[in-house]
Amino acid sequence: MLYNEPHPLEVRVLTRRFGLPNSQSIDTYLATDGYVGFRKALEMPPERIIEEVKISNLRGRGGAGFPAGLKWSFVPRESPLPKYVVVNADEGEPGTCKDRVLMENDPHQLIEGMLIAARAVGAETGYIYIRGEYRYIIDILDRAIAEAYARGYLGRNILGTGMNFDVYTHTGAGSYECGEESALLESLEGKRGQPRIRPPFPAVSGAFGCPTVLNNVETFCAVPAILRDGGAAFAALGTPRNGGTRLFALSGHINRPGVYELPMGFNLLRMIEEVGGGVRQGRKLKAVIPGGTSCPVLKAEECDVAMDFDSVAKAGSMLGSGGVIVMDETTDMVKVAVRVMRFYQHESCGWCVPCREGTIWLRKILERLDAGRGQPSDIDLIAEVSRNMLGRTFCPLGDAAAMPTISYVEKFREEFEARLPKKVPVPAEAPLVVV
Amino acid sequence: MTFSKELEAKFADLVTHYPPGRERAALIPMLLFAQDEVGAVTPEVVEEISRRLRVSPLEIEEVVSYYSMLHKEPRGKYHFQVCTNISCMLLGGMELFEHLKARLGIDNHGVTPDGLFSLEEVECIGACSWAPALQVNYDYHHWVTPEKLDRLIEDLRKVS
Repeated sequence: MLYNEPHPLEVRVLTRRFGLPNSQSIDTYLATDGYVGFRKALEMPPERIIEEVKISNLRGRGGAGFPAGLKWSFVPRESPLPKYVVVNADEGEPGTCKDRVLMENDPHQLIEGMLIAARAVGAETGYIYIRGEYRYIIDILDRAIAEAYARGYLGRNILGTGMNFDVYTHTGAGSYECGEESALLESLEGKRGQPRIRPPFPAVSGAFGCPTVLNNVETFCAVPAILRDGGAAFAALGTPRNGGTRLFALSGHINRPGVYELPMGFNLLRMIEEVGGGVRQGRKLKAVIPGGTSCPVLKAEECDVAMDFDSVAKAGSMLGSGGVIVMDETTDMVKVAVRVMRFYQHESCGWCVPCREGTIWLRKILERLDAGRGQPSDIDLIAEVSRNMLGRTFCPLGDAAAMPTISYVEKFREEFEARLPKKVPVPAEAPLVVV
Repeated sequence: MTFSKELEAKFADLVTHYPPGRERAALIPMLLFAQDEVGAVTPEVVEEISRRLRVSPLEIEEVVSYYSMLHKEPRGKYHFQVCTNISCMLLGGMELFEHLKARLGIDNHGVTPDGLFSLEEVECIGACSWAPALQVNYDYHHWVTPEKLDRLIEDLRKVS
């Protein structure tokens, strides 16, 4: 099973069952306080459940960091429409592989989180929208769901309480954009993954036009512990306004890459040095992407930062999805910027012109620069095109492409300048034509 | 057209997952599962699913062209999907992709003449902490090296 050696500095709340024999099975789950949080929730009025999640200071683990309890409170319980619980398991942010290990090692924790959310908002159906590449995890989840039905935790009249809740997995088919919540809902309904105009937000009009609780896998997985041990206990693990722990996926030029559960606010340099074992081959740290490629890059000297949503934002980047990508002194930042833009251009759904055209042009200009065919004005042009995308698209993909690009150019400008041809520029071999 | 008994059972179950009148929600899973069995989203597959879900073939084409895992042309029996996104790139993902191109004698999206192998450069597959990584069909391979790749190709040739 996919699971790295734990580190002594870890605080294992969501990952506490990782490494246990048969950690996927409901027997292991029940023997280790499984479904205790849900049983507690069954005794509580729905408003109390939401209140407990609010107290926990749990913030959305998909990347935006929106308070989960607040999001749940927006669902109109009195609405005559059916309500839905939808899990975003479309993990696609480059650098991020935490939801995969959560679902693979402890699928019942996710199901229990969904059950508690269903109880809080009065939902009777839940979907786990999961990226198509994770086929083997769909099989794991389907087995866990079947076990939960067999033991009376899903289906009709759950544990004799009269509560009904069905859970289904739903496969995606290859699209980063479908990790954006409104595009995900379009995809769930069998359409192209294009974002919806908001408001209305999914809490009011989500899956099939009905009120919907939609959170990331890790967010739901934190909920059983919050109900079991209390919201205050979870909140106390983190920093003010940033409750609990977070799964950080360390990748890149690091000695011990892996997924580690650390308290919110854990220092980034310490994470790299102590948990990750430092930069590989004793090299010097050059830069870190703190939360997946949508986040502006941090230079080595900016990395003395507490890893919670607010502190990383203050440092000029984002905590994002917790994908920490470490780059050593040998890293070519122009190549990184080109590869990141190729990704966003490929994944732009094409719905909004600034994103569709902006990502294509940025990719072309960056590739031209990387190939040594750039012009001096290209460097400012990259920043200008990026700034023109900011805030001008329906969904955050445009910003996700623009923000890091601005950071690469501003923070590593000399590397871009070094790529400029030394002599009088010759006409570009490949003209900049939109194909 | 007809599908296997297993797939028919899967489809029959799938359409019950969604609210009445919203069966179109089954479209993307159905296309992917049908593709797994047939080898591609052929015009016959489109026609059949169009009939079953009462979605026009044009609307299905719209969906197929959007999702990167759906494809209308058959691929090799073993489809290599090499991630070259940042975490993999930093640890040699691009070099692995080039190695495979040379080793299989095909370009991105190419299929070997014997239909055994095909190749695709893909975006992040969620294996960043075990990079560089690739998938052969739905199977993950982590910490891949050129040597491991060569052995993998040999093994796949032998079992075919």
